[in-house]
Amino acid sequence: MANAQRLSAALSALADPTRRIVFERVAEAPRAVGEIAAGLAVTRPAVSQHLKVLKEAGLVTDSAEGTRRIYRIDPRGIGAVREWLDAHWSAALEAFRAFADEQEEREE
Amino acid sequence: MTIAPVVKSVDIKAPPARAFTLFAERMGSWWPRGKTVGGKPHADIVVEPHVGGRWYERDEEGTETPWGQVLVWEPPARLVLGWQLDSSFRFDSDMLTEVELAFVALPEGGTRVTLEHRNLERYGEDAPRIAGLVGPGWGDILQLFASAADA
Repeated sequence: MANAQRLSAALSALADPTRRIVFERVAEAPRAVGEIAAGLAVTRPAVSQHLKVLKEAGLVTDSAEGTRRIYRIDPRGIGAVREWLDAHWSAALEAFRAFADEQEEREE
Repeated sequence: MTIAPVVKSVDIKAPPARAFTLFAERMGSWWPRGKTVGGKPHADIVVEPHVGGRWYERDEEGTETPWGQVLVWEPPARLVLGWQLDSSFRFDSDMLTEVELAFVALPEGGTRVTLEHRNLERYGEDAPRIAGLVGPGWGDILQLFASAADA
């Protein structure tokens, strides 16, 4: 369910054509706002606004590198799979422990 | 880009050789009910005891559903399974992530069983398939997302 919500948020964020171009530029390589805005027919503040929406949708993430803020792809979609597997293996290993210890006690 | 593996461990009373056997050869006895891939409850979950062996579940009617394959079979210490299930918990022969089990004897007796499920960044490759489900037009964008996430 969390995956579906993330996908829905991502798709609605990408419905705007300019925002899609901004996202594609980030997807090509991690970049600063100025590099993303270069050659685009929109202002730098507008690009910043698009990046904010993409960030809220879980599509991009940012980090400070010196005085610059670098934007890159956010792997949160994959993170959701990881969370699920983490919970799955906890339950499976606990079930294994219970079973193995019961078998061992039977032998003793 | 890599995604941190899932790492879990449990301590059990049996020594490593027995722990390995119970884990691999009795999987159908301990695997949580309902956490399987096929449509019906599992009758057994089989890990064939050799490299290249199949890993699959079988329901009461004998229907087999593949999960993956054995990549390393080194009793009593180490087992690596190829988990070929996608993020929707369905078998995908093109998909493979590794689940490694280590069985280490504890000084006071018993075994520490450590599980590592790695290569999770490969789930980024799911994006184009999801794109196929949500309709045309998004494929290129999600493809880009996937390739960047895999880089």
